[in-house]
Amino acid sequence: MADIRRIKRRIQSVQNTARITNAMQVIASSKMKRAQDRDISGRPYAEKMREVISHLASQMIAFHHPLLTQREVKKVMVVHFTSDRGLCGGFNANLNRHVASFILEDGHPATIVAVGRRGGSFMRRSGVEVCAEFTGLADSVGVVDIRPLSQIVIDDYGSGAIDRVYLAYTRFLSTATQHPTIYPLLPLKPGEREEEKIPEYIYEPNPAQVLSGLLPRYVEMQIYHALLESIASEHSARMVAMKNATDNAHDLIDELTLAYNKARQEMITRELLDITGGAVALTG
Amino acid sequence: MRLTIVTAEELIYSDDVDMVVAPGALGELGILPHHASFMTMIDPGELRVKKGEEELSLAISGGFLEVHKDKMIILADTAERAEDIDMAKASQAKKQALELLEAQPKDADLRVAEAALRKSLAEIKAVERRRARRKERI
Repeated sequence: MADIRRIKRRIQSVQNTARITNAMQVIASSKMKRAQDRDISGRPYAEKMREVISHLASQMIAFHHPLLTQREVKKVMVVHFTSDRGLCGGFNANLNRHVASFILEDGHPATIVAVGRRGGSFMRRSGVEVCAEFTGLADSVGVVDIRPLSQIVIDDYGSGAIDRVYLAYTRFLSTATQHPTIYPLLPLKPGEREEEKIPEYIYEPNPAQVLSGLLPRYVEMQIYHALLESIASEHSARMVAMKNATDNAHDLIDELTLAYNKARQEMITRELLDITGGAVALTG
Repeated sequence: MRLTIVTAEELIYSDDVDMVVAPGALGELGILPHHASFMTMIDPGELRVKKGEEELSLAISGGFLEVHKDKMIILADTAERAEDIDMAKASQAKKQALELLEAQPKDADLRVAEAALRKSLAEIKAVERRRARRKERI
């Protein structure tokens, strides 16, 4: 009797868990869709900007800008994109491991700008310097919201405190696959020099000023793009993890139901035996 | 002339237009079809787009403008159509920016406050112009 009740309670609780994981899966898939859409809608801007910068850069070979200077590498900065919350499979662990081994291989002293609680706490625990941490960025994050982050990157690079900047984020390849990636952000490498003749432009106030205005925005845009990809990856990782969890819960429920039915049947048989046993004793 | 306005977040506007008036880095400039190849930074302010009888007004918080082969592209930091602007919010932002400037901030803070003020002023102007146009029609 006690056994049956215990199994029943177990089924009940697994059912509740399945309901929650199922809801999380649905939410994650809609959030993933939204992050993807926003990434796509920002693409025309990115393409145009890349085009303009490579036009300009190809015209001004002798142009110097703090964001273009190559220096001997003494210290590197890694902007590390993870999530605030867990329950998303190996999403954070994969990137954390990837970045940790990258820093070891690179060999230069590194400082981390952590986006997301998971990455920040991992890096601190591993004894890597964390110079800034951004948490609680909503899924509806806009370019304006990451401005403090890009400001840190641009200022520290401009002042010479760091000599190279990498973006570490999870690239979104498809719903099923995401890849931890490390992308060199600074120094910027202006696009390939185009051979075709570029039409003469009139620049106001002058080409150098236009280019120096564009470069920080370009950096900002790259960071924003990495963040969106990371968000899309997080949600798709969570979606898959929650789908597995829901499936497992259903398997467990099936097993438990079987056990429950068996136990119930056994109990009935026992009772029947008792009754018939009693009847036999009376008549006998 | 084809005009495309994009921000890092989305495509704001894309259509054939007759004239664009933009707040350029060296003062306000009007661009008509068949303009020479041209590239400028734009300051926070009001952007006006004319298409036939219609006139569209947007508040823009800075960016870049490129004209090439009768195509015009505006890479805007932010752009909002006059009809989407919340007047109360814009006035509030203006008040806050003025308060910040009262305290005589330095360097970065000063720039932030100035930019906020310019943005809110541009928004208010865009809304007011839209209202005035509506009255004319009536």
